[in-house]
Amino acid sequence: MATDSARRTRRLRLAGRYLVLILAAAIVLFPIYITVVDALLSPQQVVTRPPTLFPTSPHWGTFATAFKEGNLGVYLRNSAIVTLAITVAELLTSVLAAYAFVFLRFPGRNILFVASLATLMVPFEATLIPNYQTIQKFGLFNTYPALVLPFIASGVGIFLFRQAFLGFPREIRDAARLDGCGHVKFLFRMVAPINRPVLAAFSLFAFLTSWNQYLWPLVVTQTNSVRTVQIGLRQLSLTNFNQLDVVFAGTILAALPIGVLLFVFQRQLVAGLTAGALKG
Amino acid sequence: MTPRFIRRAREAALAYLLILPAVAAFGLFVFYPLVKTAYLGFFLAPPTPNLPSHYVGLQQYQQVLGSSDFRDSLGRTGLFVLLTVPAGIVLGLALANLAQKKVPGIRAFRTIYSSTVATSVAVASVVFFTLLNPEVGLLSYLFGKEGGNGILADPHWALPAVALVTIWQNIGFTFILMSAALQSLPEDVLEASKVDGASSFVRFRQITLPLLSPILFFAAVIGVISGFQAFGQIDLLTQGGPNHATLVLIYDLYQQAFQFNNPGYAAVLSVALFFILLLLTFAQFWFFQRRVSYGD
Repeated sequence: MATDSARRTRRLRLAGRYLVLILAAAIVLFPIYITVVDALLSPQQVVTRPPTLFPTSPHWGTFATAFKEGNLGVYLRNSAIVTLAITVAELLTSVLAAYAFVFLRFPGRNILFVASLATLMVPFEATLIPNYQTIQKFGLFNTYPALVLPFIASGVGIFLFRQAFLGFPREIRDAARLDGCGHVKFLFRMVAPINRPVLAAFSLFAFLTSWNQYLWPLVVTQTNSVRTVQIGLRQLSLTNFNQLDVVFAGTILAALPIGVLLFVFQRQLVAGLTAGALKG
Repeated sequence: MTPRFIRRAREAALAYLLILPAVAAFGLFVFYPLVKTAYLGFFLAPPTPNLPSHYVGLQQYQQVLGSSDFRDSLGRTGLFVLLTVPAGIVLGLALANLAQKKVPGIRAFRTIYSSTVATSVAVASVVFFTLLNPEVGLLSYLFGKEGGNGILADPHWALPAVALVTIWQNIGFTFILMSAALQSLPEDVLEASKVDGASSFVRFRQITLPLLSPILFFAAVIGVISGFQAFGQIDLLTQGGPNHATLVLIYDLYQQAFQFNNPGYAAVLSVALFFILLLLTFAQFWFFQRRVSYGD
């Protein structure tokens, strides 16, 4: 029967497609899966061969060890403080500047905007040494401000918000002015709320970028009390190599906050990730 | 003073106040250090620390940029980019294409394929550092490379291994980017080609790929830029070794500045990095302009 064989072909095709889907998923997930499994194994089990691919008696306590003795708790707190400070600062300075560029008239507006855009062309790595010297000179080495200050303004943010604010309807703005609505109130009650999607996408981008920073935190921190989680992870893998399970658990703990965040903000993800593509 | 003038002046004052935080930060942490970096390149580090550095003008620029060390680290950076960017894009596109078809459970697969965006460079590197360890690493076990010094200590395999980690870490981002691009393709064109009876391979090559070319170019440029900035994976996996096999431009810069106490040398490398990335950024802006003028 022709229809039968057609159906069978279709079924085979579908099975084949699932096979490829599952194989690809297994390859992508393999490193994370192994890390989770090894975190739950005893240190002896980690090194036995053939390898154990499923934890039959999971050691959940390793996570607590990593959190406390592995210092992950402190590192995560530091990262949270620094990242939140950077995100809020970037959001605020960018919104204020973008508002001025769009809604206010003043001498030097164009040149200042071009200067803000020009910062997109300066990779942080190219200014690393003088910035390090500046931080030293201010006596801020190995402090939270050292981790935050260089990133309190964002050319990406100003550019994105200016683009978004330009689309604000002129009539509403004129009506608000006639009603005696001041600039600050107008910004925070009307312009900002209407542009919430852009603000959210940018915040996500800013959060991810600063959470994942590596080079700068590496050079301006020296003690565990201010180290961010990325540098803490480096510390953990350098010093705890005889406790592999703790290293694995620490790695999972370091990745978890962002994993949860991204899962919650899935919808903003594409816009948030591509926002940053502007920056060189 | 007319009321109009006063109103204008007050508006300008408010504007400067609003812009001040951003502009002050840019001045202090972007423009001043950029000029200072170029200036630092004029000074030779003293033979022993604590002595004053020595003004040599452009001589240090000539020496560093003309040296075989610089050419080698630039070459390694180029090789790293070649190893990571095309493979990353092809894999991302393949995964995105695979996850396009709406079959039951496809959302779970999409979440899995994009999952590596949750990892940072440090997370990915520590995971692979252990996987590649010659004594306990599972990848070493699977590749039959157990014992000895391991893959990361092998001058031939160190850079490809670092590239592998980079590709894996970026695969989630590339997948998301490519999926978004595939979903934005005009459906009527794809449908029409299906009706025409073109095979799926021909359809992909002759219709999907050309339509995707702007986004592929975009992904390539940001891939190259981030390839030039790749630092964490090298610091965690190989520290520029073995035998300089992974000593890329940025890692050379870092070592000169922070380990060898040679800020002048590092400043010259910074200036070089700045101009290389500037060229790449121009390419990217050029692309954006094109995309904007084509309109959606």
